Amino acid sequence: MSNKRDILIIDDEQVILDAVSKIAESEGFKVDTVLDAKEALLKINQNNYSAILCDIMMPEMDGFQLLDKLNSDHKNIPVIMITGFSTAENAVNSLYKGAVDFIAKPFTFEEIISAIYRAIEYGKIQLKIENDKKGNKESSVIHVPCPPRYKRLGNISWMNLETQGTAVIGVTDMFLRTLHSVNNIEMMESENIVVQGNSCAKFEAENGLIHNCLAPIGGRIIERNEKLLTEPALLEKDPYFKGWIYRIIPSDIGYEMKYLIPCSSDRM
Amino acid sequence: MKSKDFISKIGLKLIVAVGIITIVIISAFSYFSIQAQSDVLLSQAEIQANKLSETIKNSTHSSMLQNKREEIHTIINAISQETSIREIRVLNKEGRIMFSSQNDLIGKMVDKQAESCYACHTADKPLERLPINERVRVYKIHPDSSRILGVINPIYNDKSCWNADCHAHPKEQKVLGVLDVKMDLTDVDRQISNSEFRFIIFAIIAIVALSFIIGFFVRKWIGKPVKELVTATNQVSTGNLNYTIKSLGKDELGILAMSFNNMTKKLAEARMQLFQSDKMASLGRLAAGVAHEINNPLTGVLTYSSFLLKRTKGNPEVQEDLQVIVRETKRSREIVKSLLDFARQSVPKKQHADINEIIEQAISVINNQLSLKQIKLEKNLESNLPQVTVDTNQVQQVFINLIVNASDAIGKDGGTIKISSSSISLSSFGTSQIKRAICPKRHDLMDNEIKIDGLPTVKVKINSNGEEGLMNLDPVYGKHRHHFGIEIKKGKSVQVSCPKCNTSLISDDKKCPKCNSTIFSFEIPSQGMFEACTNSDCGWEKWAEEDDAGKKEFVEVKISDNGCGIEKEDLAKIFEPFYSTKGQSGTGLGLAVIWGIIDNHNGTINVDSEIGRGTTFKIRLPI
Repeated sequence: MSNKRDILIIDDEQVILDAVSKIAESEGFKVDTVLDAKEALLKINQNNYSAILCDIMMPEMDGFQLLDKLNSDHKNIPVIMITGFSTAENAVNSLYKGAVDFIAKPFTFEEIISAIYRAIEYGKIQLKIENDKKGNKESSVIHVPCPPRYKRLGNISWMNLETQGTAVIGVTDMFLRTLHSVNNIEMMESENIVVQGNSCAKFEAENGLIHNCLAPIGGRIIERNEKLLTEPALLEKDPYFKGWIYRIIPSDIGYEMKYLIPCSSDRM
Repeated sequence: MKSKDFISKIGLKLIVAVGIITIVIISAFSYFSIQAQSDVLLSQAEIQANKLSETIKNSTHSSMLQNKREEIHTIINAISQETSIREIRVLNKEGRIMFSSQNDLIGKMVDKQAESCYACHTADKPLERLPINERVRVYKIHPDSSRILGVINPIYNDKSCWNADCHAHPKEQKVLGVLDVKMDLTDVDRQISNSEFRFIIFAIIAIVALSFIIGFFVRKWIGKPVKELVTATNQVSTGNLNYTIKSLGKDELGILAMSFNNMTKKLAEARMQLFQSDKMASLGRLAAGVAHEINNPLTGVLTYSSFLLKRTKGNPEVQEDLQVIVRETKRSREIVKSLLDFARQSVPKKQHADINEIIEQAISVINNQLSLKQIKLEKNLESNLPQVTVDTNQVQQVFINLIVNASDAIGKDGGTIKISSSSISLSSFGTSQIKRAICPKRHDLMDNEIKIDGLPTVKVKINSNGEEGLMNLDPVYGKHRHHFGIEIKKGKSVQVSCPKCNTSLISDDKKCPKCNSTIFSFEIPSQGMFEACTNSDCGWEKWAEEDDAGKKEFVEVKISDNGCGIEKEDLAKIFEPFYSTKGQSGTGLGLAVIWGIIDNHNGTINVDSEIGRGTTFKIRLPI
């Protein structure tokens, strides 16, 4: 099977390594574990991992440094950041630095598994795009680009400021692609508050796994796209316009915008 | 009692100053008074001397005419027996002493420059008439001797003299001789020195008495309060900020004491806040540390249990237990997360829930604690309550905190906590709160600095009668407890504008339906417009959207205890962050966090308390 690939888990706590290995192995993955980031870099150079799970707070070299190192080495391996110090800053910063996902400790079986599947899927898509580019072929991945005025949080969600000060948020096409198709959406009620980098909606993929969508910015929900509840396919059809999820009043846009990636940079 | 204590330095200075003033006043007074007295005494002596002199002249007149010299001698000697008379003598025109009470001087010549002659003989030609007031002279023979009063009485020629048988004096002669009477002024001088002495004694007594009086009052009015103030400053400098000066009256020192007490109170509050914020900072560090440390073992529990849950699908009994483990671990995760969110005002994750269920869960968490403290819990929960949309974890935390507070208030002796829930419906007028307000240019009008009944107010700028100021509107619809920065005169038009951009908030097209004054309005984002009358006496307000919503349904939860109660002055402050009546045993955040949670749920929380009777917290959550 194509999904039986190797996963590297980096954490300074043995219990985490054991627990995650057990879960991943139960799903048929081949797992490698390592207790510190430096050793992890050696292993990454020797092996070809399809996904990495990495703790942020570690002695000597932390998760962000590892992420920077992987970026500078042009290692296109999807990384999932996990941390016990689960602040929004950590989450957003991870995604800004190129991680595919962020999971706060403690996590459940389902949370870690869905993140691993999504990361592997992401890696596969990226590889395909890269191969197509190398072979100068017409891209076999039909990817809907994010409109240039939009800003995105990693490859997960997008936001667009509207003229009257409100903002619309939704999920990126890339996020939906890693899910294949969405069976069901669980959304928050209006008047609730979403926090940047925290889960704002749950997507049930066709394989039954539930994926969290992390909010690109924080604020109070004033409206939600009720149509998505009855017609989840709308998401895939038009993820950046008709497939919006919430309309919110942003709470601290000035501070939060600096962690978002402008979609205009995608075309360069 | 030492004299140093008795007369403080201020007292001593005052005594010296008053003493000097007293001496000056008494000296001046005595000088003039003695002067006046001596003038009176002298003039009496003069009169006496003049009378005497006239008597002598008259009594010797006939003897003179008859030239009975022996008789004249006898008369003069007899009169001069009087002790105050020093000498009586009669001089002839040439200056020869014709008669004298001192026999050895008879026949001698007197120098015309001498004292007795001076009055008439200063000019070259002798005066023939001497005014009465110039006849008198006061002089001393030696500087040490007593003063002498001399009276010269010229003997004029008259008809009887030139017609006398002796024909001694021709008719042309005007002055025949001089009668000189010298009187001793010892008595007068003694009287004057006596009164001088009396004045000195009086001055000394006055100064001593004044010193004692000043000393006494200085001690009473200055010494004691100052001593009390010094004690208080010493107490404060050693760190005892709870020391208060007992009332020192209403004078300047009393005011100083009051402002001192106020200062120490403020200092104590500031120190408490500093202490609290320090505590919060370390709590934040602790929370971060705990979050990181505890999340790793929790991950072990959660992953293994959720993994087991997956693997034991065929075993419902194990599944049930595992579900409890997973659920509770997830709850722990939320608690740790809220610990981290704590500083950033945790965000509610709302869902439909039954308030009674949340109350039951909260009770089950602390039931053990309560029974240990012998506290009875009385529940009066209304069944079939409508569901509320709340963050169950947060609301549960609110109930747990309030029940713990109640049990703390009850103390060791045991008591009762009553929890009741019910559904109520309230008209929005008088209950709905303005939480956001913006001007037409979207400037925020909310003011968190000035609060009315603990709630942030709406701040607008008002111009009336040439004055400009701010007005803080009561955020509760229909309660009218506004604060006015300036006085608004009756009948004067009022301009209302945004304090930031000066955009007028006056609605030109509408008038107040009650008093026909102009009205002003502002937007409450996503809750319509708020309109109010500019006439402060009218008080018309309209929040159409709230009115249209009609009566609002709430779930009300009351938690009462029969504990010690809360002081009235503390009641207003208990929801302020860092305000704690538990001293350093609490963080002072409990009720502030509770208030924040309820506020985030668009609910309200109120407190009623009576010292010794107990406290009731009333929470209303919208349905």
